[in-house]
Amino acid sequence: MGLLSKKDAALIKDPLFDNNPITIQVLGICSALAITAELKASIVMGLSVLFVLGMGNVVISLMRNIIPSKIRIIVQLVVVAALVIIVDQVLKAFAYELSKTLSVFVGLIITNCIIMGRFEAFALGNGPWKAFLDGIGNAGGYAIILVIIGFFRELLGSGTLLGFQVLGDPIAKTGVYALGYENNGFMLLSPMALIVVGLIIWVQRARNPKLQESH
Amino acid sequence: MSLKNKLHLLKEKYSDKKYAPAFNALHTFLYTPNETTHSGAHVRAVDDLKRTMNTVITALIPILIFSFFNAGYQHYSAINGFPSDFSVLEHFLTLDNFLVGLVTILPLVVISYGVGLGVEFLFAVIKGHEVEEGYLVTGMLVPLIIPVDTPLWMLAIAVIFGVVIGKEVFGGTGMNILNPALTIRAFLFFSYPTWMSGDKVWVHQAVERAGTADAISGETILGSLAQGADYSYSVSDMFFGFIPGSVGETSTFLILLGGLFLIFTKIGSWRIMLSAVIGALVMGLIFNGVVDAGWIHSSSKFYHLMSLPYWQHLIVGGLAFGIVYMATDPVTAAQTEKGKWYYGFLIGFISVMIRVFNPAYPEGVFLAILLMNVFAPTIDHYVVRGNVKRRLKRTKKSIANLETV
Repeated sequence: MGLLSKKDAALIKDPLFDNNPITIQVLGICSALAITAELKASIVMGLSVLFVLGMGNVVISLMRNIIPSKIRIIVQLVVVAALVIIVDQVLKAFAYELSKTLSVFVGLIITNCIIMGRFEAFALGNGPWKAFLDGIGNAGGYAIILVIIGFFRELLGSGTLLGFQVLGDPIAKTGVYALGYENNGFMLLSPMALIVVGLIIWVQRARNPKLQESH
Repeated sequence: MSLKNKLHLLKEKYSDKKYAPAFNALHTFLYTPNETTHSGAHVRAVDDLKRTMNTVITALIPILIFSFFNAGYQHYSAINGFPSDFSVLEHFLTLDNFLVGLVTILPLVVISYGVGLGVEFLFAVIKGHEVEEGYLVTGMLVPLIIPVDTPLWMLAIAVIFGVVIGKEVFGGTGMNILNPALTIRAFLFFSYPTWMSGDKVWVHQAVERAGTADAISGETILGSLAQGADYSYSVSDMFFGFIPGSVGETSTFLILLGGLFLIFTKIGSWRIMLSAVIGALVMGLIFNGVVDAGWIHSSSKFYHLMSLPYWQHLIVGGLAFGIVYMATDPVTAAQTEKGKWYYGFLIGFISVMIRVFNPAYPEGVFLAILLMNVFAPTIDHYVVRGNVKRRLKRTKKSIANLETV
């Protein structure tokens, strides 16, 4: 990438794969299990976190020298709450159905450990440009996993992708349903999302043994 | 050259190759190998893992054969009506009945073993360890705890899931937290609920005939009770197993014989079986007591299940099968003798509780056992801690005694 120096590029690339917030740091699992039954919800959730974390990191980074360290958590909460309310209102205005699907989980972005974690660990100690890249990278890593989980859960659980019946019509018995295939109801339940996360972790660590913890 | 020698040569030939574990498994499954350990101290015992597994399978064979007949009996009775002058020889042990079982249940067994052992072989080859015998019993249990018409592809997927997620990710046989057979059943239950409950799945062909003029159905006793409906089975039908239900769970009589066989051969823990029966009876008695005391109105949806005589909980549904063959799984059960009492008691207790209180799950024994599987290590932990504490106290006391003397 000519646009970014090698160090800056690593800020984005690392959390996308080898230091992924969900599969390596195991943060943000709660929302990854709760809202990934549909691909659309996963994508919107990923974008929301991308916005909140990207902007929040920049804001915190700009304020990092004037925040008294004793009250920094409260300041961070105010920043993230403000951004989440913006996201929530935009969703309610332009995608009401979707915001109902996501329900409390948009509001719960505030408590997403990835966000507070990046504020604490990165934005408080780095300049705004670097903090922005870090925020985009981490939120991107979160979003990628969400989309992967959402893809498999919607495809296998409902037989649809983004609402389109890609496997045929289960009621009229067309497509693969004509062969006797049936949707897997377990995929729509949260426990299966956890198992899918586990499988992703398994695949990732099997492909890159460096990520395996020694014990 | 005998088959044994051929297998041995084959094994030698592939000994350094990638597929060595597969050939080793084939050889040692059929014969005892000639090789012996030469150095180090070792114990010679005949009750190895394979022998243990085979004993359980032996105890399951009568149930499997019975289930063949019962599949046919339920099928033809649903079509022609139950015979009014039922005689075992005339109406039950007939070739027609057996053939129905053969075409419906045998494929389940074949798929269960084929897919399950396939996954085991695959993992042995990839991980480079020997094939473990762990699937032998699971493969036989799985067809016995699912409805007779379960589509084979669903079973295959569930078996892959159960073996990989339920067992292999934990490190294979002996390391699993959850009973693999029940993991497979739980997967099927939550994935394809329409194939695992309702009044269409327990009788062969009921699903495909649904909606036609030849429609047939057969609801389990628990299912009927959950809906407050009547059923026409006598207590002896329930005990000997001439009732609809999962393939092998119906005959409490044969399960009892199998249980005694397991206790006699010291394979199954009598403590778990006995305490689970006590647990179920206690919960049943509590429910009966609630009904007798008039605390529950007869229009309540729990009334019918609660008023089922407490001892009948043992002979309807899969409770007996679960207690004898699943709860006693030595890997996932509590290991301490005292812990086994708690473990078993809670399985019986919770099974009946789920049965009565959760209308979505007319049968609760598989959920109760899976739950207790998770708690088994905790139970053991506290039993061991309690032991340590007691002994410490005893030591302190005796030291104090010495000092006073």
